[in-house]
Amino acid sequence: MRYESPATTKEAVALLAKAKGEAMVLAGGTDLLVRMKTGLSDPALVVDIKRIPEMSEIKTTANGFRIGAAVSGAQMSAHKALCKAWPGVVEGTNLIGSDQIQGRCTMVGNLCNASPAADSVPAMIAAGAKAVVVGKGKRRTVPVEKIVTGPGTTSLKKGEVIEAITLPKPAKRTGDAYLRFTPRTEMDIAVVGVGISMTIQRGVVKKARVCLGAVAPTAILVPGAARVLVGSKLDDVALDKLAAACSKACKPIDDKRGTADYRIRVAGVLARRAAKIAYQRAGGAA
Amino acid sequence: MAHDNSYTGQKFEVVGNRFIRPDGVDKVTGKARYGADASAPGQLVGLVLRSPHAHATIKKIDASKAEKLPGVKAIITAEDLPDLTGGDRGMADILENCMARGRALYDGHAVAAVAAVDAQTARQALKLIKVSYKKLPHVTDVDKAMKPNAPVIHDWIITGGVDPKPAKPSNIANRTQMGHGDVETGFAEADVIIERSYKTEQTHQGYIEPHACLASVNPDGTAELWVTTQGPFTYRTVCATLLGLDIAKLKVTSSEIGGGFGGKTHVWTEPVALALSRKANRPVKLVMTRDEVFRASGPTASTSIDIKIGATKKGVITAATLELRYQGGAFPGIWAMLACMTGFACYDIKNQRSVGWDVIVNRPKVAAYRAPSAPMAAYAVESTMDIVAQEIGMDAVDFRLKNVAKEGAQAPYGPLYGPIGIEAALKAVKKHPQMRAKLKKNQGRGIACGFWFNIGGQTCVDLNVGTDGTVSLAVGTVDVGGARSSLGMIAAEELGISYDEVKVHVADTASLGHNDTTEGSRGTFSSGMAAIFAARDAIEVLKGRAAKMLDVPVDAIVWENGQAKAVGKQHGNLPKLSLKEIAAKSPNTGGPIAGHNEVVADGAGMGFACHICDVEVDPETGLTKILRYTVVQDAGKAIHPDYVEGQFQGAAAQGIGWALNEEYVYGDDGRLQNPGFLDYRIPVCSDLPFIDTKILEIPNPNHPYGIRGVGETSIVPPLGAIGNAIADATGVRMNHVPMSPIRVLEALDQAATLEDQVSAG
Amino acid sequence: MSEAVMVSTKVNGDVVEFACPTDEVLLDSLRDRVGVTGVKEGCGTGDCGACSITLDGQLVCACLVLGVEAGGREIGTVEGLVEDGQLHPLQEKFIEHAALQCGICTPGFLVAAKALLDNNPKPSETEIRYALAGNLCRCTGYDKIVRAVQAAAKDMRKSSSRSKKR
Repeated sequence: MRYESPATTKEAVALLAKAKGEAMVLAGGTDLLVRMKTGLSDPALVVDIKRIPEMSEIKTTANGFRIGAAVSGAQMSAHKALCKAWPGVVEGTNLIGSDQIQGRCTMVGNLCNASPAADSVPAMIAAGAKAVVVGKGKRRTVPVEKIVTGPGTTSLKKGEVIEAITLPKPAKRTGDAYLRFTPRTEMDIAVVGVGISMTIQRGVVKKARVCLGAVAPTAILVPGAARVLVGSKLDDVALDKLAAACSKACKPIDDKRGTADYRIRVAGVLARRAAKIAYQRAGGAA
Repeated sequence: MAHDNSYTGQKFEVVGNRFIRPDGVDKVTGKARYGADASAPGQLVGLVLRSPHAHATIKKIDASKAEKLPGVKAIITAEDLPDLTGGDRGMADILENCMARGRALYDGHAVAAVAAVDAQTARQALKLIKVSYKKLPHVTDVDKAMKPNAPVIHDWIITGGVDPKPAKPSNIANRTQMGHGDVETGFAEADVIIERSYKTEQTHQGYIEPHACLASVNPDGTAELWVTTQGPFTYRTVCATLLGLDIAKLKVTSSEIGGGFGGKTHVWTEPVALALSRKANRPVKLVMTRDEVFRASGPTASTSIDIKIGATKKGVITAATLELRYQGGAFPGIWAMLACMTGFACYDIKNQRSVGWDVIVNRPKVAAYRAPSAPMAAYAVESTMDIVAQEIGMDAVDFRLKNVAKEGAQAPYGPLYGPIGIEAALKAVKKHPQMRAKLKKNQGRGIACGFWFNIGGQTCVDLNVGTDGTVSLAVGTVDVGGARSSLGMIAAEELGISYDEVKVHVADTASLGHNDTTEGSRGTFSSGMAAIFAARDAIEVLKGRAAKMLDVPVDAIVWENGQAKAVGKQHGNLPKLSLKEIAAKSPNTGGPIAGHNEVVADGAGMGFACHICDVEVDPETGLTKILRYTVVQDAGKAIHPDYVEGQFQGAAAQGIGWALNEEYVYGDDGRLQNPGFLDYRIPVCSDLPFIDTKILEIPNPNHPYGIRGVGETSIVPPLGAIGNAIADATGVRMNHVPMSPIRVLEALDQAATLEDQVSAG
Repeated sequence: MSEAVMVSTKVNGDVVEFACPTDEVLLDSLRDRVGVTGVKEGCGTGDCGACSITLDGQLVCACLVLGVEAGGREIGTVEGLVEDGQLHPLQEKFIEHAALQCGICTPGFLVAAKALLDNNPKPSETEIRYALAGNLCRCTGYDKIVRAVQAAAKDMRKSSSRSKKR
């Protein structure tokens, strides 16, 4: 296995583009090294991006935030402004694993590993996050929901790498939240995940985005669920409709972590709870 | 010298205090050496190739490419482990479990092994070994395996304990029946009869340290094995037999052990490592990966249980029956038999019958797991006890007290109980403040009892007095949880010296006579008893030396507070001699001073416990949270209370994990789907509250200090306590362990549907 | 097969060099090449925390770091907790409170607990439990471990306020 640790995105892209055989990006390594240990991955080349400055920082810009692809969960939870603006996004990433995992894992790694149950993804999508994709000589900005195409697969082409995630500056009275269901309090893969972001005005929901994880081959945006929230004050009728819309949108499987029926059911339950938290964070009924 | 092991009721100076354990510093500094921490010059890395099929004929193993890989020093299959067991079925099963003989019997069954110069080469070599399998029909569920159309796994198994003997082979290895009285008459006298069925899934001991050993076989037939084990002497006997080595020529040294709980009482990869070393003529280090531990060591049984309890409306149980179906994996086991012995043990039921079926399935060979077989039977009994109590309108604790087993009652397996602690435990629970704490919405409380009989066994210790008066105590029971401190305290107590003047170490098999495995909660009980007698032996020697030094007859000497004193008017003004002073003079008075004891420690006291559990159940997700937990257990005599509490808490935590989340998930293909800590979910720190403990001390009359084994009993009540708490919180009775969120939500749904039907109808 | 790469790193303050294949994990490099066997393998996949170390002060699992990634970094293991022959308060309290039985998880817990207390000197019970959720223990039920960490935290706050007063 060849190990490279380039100092620029350009070098990383060049290495990946030229690679013969399987080439993997190494950020936190909390998925890749597990795949190597269990024999699922045997890459010919590993490109370590942690020495690349553009990938290692969280930048606050006029338009919001730019989170480098190599930024760890621990770095994110230490960033006060990010936590204040997008607590749901941060809590999603923070649920990826233990403190030890947080010291290494990255939301971009979590995204590109493309597990249907990835914890960082629903809240990112709900927040309207975009991925900065860099290829040879070009860069494009893509909504995060367009990155994962199926379990374990992404829309990235050979030689492309995500350099950063951008999050918009949240509009006034915006709140987001991520909730997941796991049998233990920690250390589990999500059986269901729900990310909701909403903007309210005088207690009325003006904008909303609802994204479900672990209930379909990829995380899914549920526009129908968002629509039932808009114009409401998150009363019980709206919450019931929200739950129903989310349950309806699920396309889950039975697996060792949960049954399809259970996931459909709990998606609705968690959507209600996540919506309430996002609403409170946005300022609530006041 | 024969020693009397009766309880002496003495007052203690050292025992009962909370001293610092002697191996603590090594363990907190990383110095302590566990199974994978030893290395030998020239060592090779051993790895095992395992079957990916639940049941398959092994048609051919082609290792030719692997053998040619540079750095590969030995490859073995069953051909390198000829059957030397001489018709001993049990040994033959162990041999076949360690390495498949023509047939893979479960997903993970070893089929070949490699020793190479490094891990990379060994991994590469495994990939190059080509095995051709022919898949066979498989069965992994205990009830399905008993059906007449189930694929029969071993064509030589004719069910034992059944009359007339069956004509055809089946997967039912054995039927056991225990009990007494007349259940038919008993049920006829009952006002209320409750019949229920329960299922429990397979769990694993979950020790954090995987199996690991370093094996070195020499051409002259001598060999050494460094290994993480609960029983170095057992491992020595088994490995010597399987490899055709002389017992005395195989030295087994136990490393520190990173958890065992019964799973390290049997060999798994050790004979394989020895065989590799023999073939390669170099030391071989073989460490299991975590998924190998789950797939190919010894989990518990999964079970299916029917129970029937009849009682009068005044609360007296008139009859009870249990039918226990336990799978032992791919080889016959005694697990259902053990369940028969423990099921009704907490209660005095005059008419009772327990029938156990030991069943074969295509799963790994089941091993003991802390009070083996008892937790599942107790789940069925304790859940049903609550149902009966509710039916007759009696409090759960009072109903149990009404039927509790006391001294003189007959155990399910025959003998009459001596003084036991279950009544005291129930009374302590009744008075416990947790029983009166207020519960909120969706919260509930459950109690449950548990029993384990504990064992004694073959034990010996050597006690040697250094010339500076410090004492070294060599024991043969591996220290799994801190017993070294208790044993040191016992020796210090007997000798009348201070705790820090005694150093305990666990000896290797070449240095001490045979000791049975640390299992059955016997470590402190047995080695403690032997330590007492060895100390008393040493005291006789010390008295003799003192007599010489003081020039008085030996029967004028008494031993008091660590000193020899000459008694009698004519000796009144002779100085007392401390152990230190006598030891210092020992080179001139007869040489090294030692005490020794070999004993088959008998009369292990039975351990009874009662637990209280408060839970909160989320009605929308079925998630159960443990709010508060208390263990009340009889220890006989708590030598070191901290470590007794630790056993209570650790066992309870395992029971909680078992009750809520832990299970082996098998696919339709017979493969284990969750062989890792990610999806085999043991409790993490944030899942549990503090676990309160109350130690009761009803002395065991068969031990000088009254010690009863404590390690196992408290894994028995949690399944029932949590099932009862969930019932209290939700009104719904769970009958399938683990009581995971999915199962609880399903049960809540079914109850709601039933309610709707009832109210609509 | 992977070629060996030279790695120069610091382990518990000492400069250390070793050669390892590029696909070897730091856990194996530390145990087999540097001889630091206090770092344990319980699972090899980041689920048990027995291999907890600090990497440039950050708590991580050594099984999830490649050996080659350690170049130029500073590694802290349980072996580095003792200072000037004195046990760290956490080590003392673990022994005092019987927070270990078999002890295999103890090195990982000590490193994780130290990382917690270095960042949060007065953690609540809940904070302690969640900070240590990445460390599995099968023997103790965590009760005495949490109490030991609380006791060590109290001790460390006392001595740090004492040294501040000077």
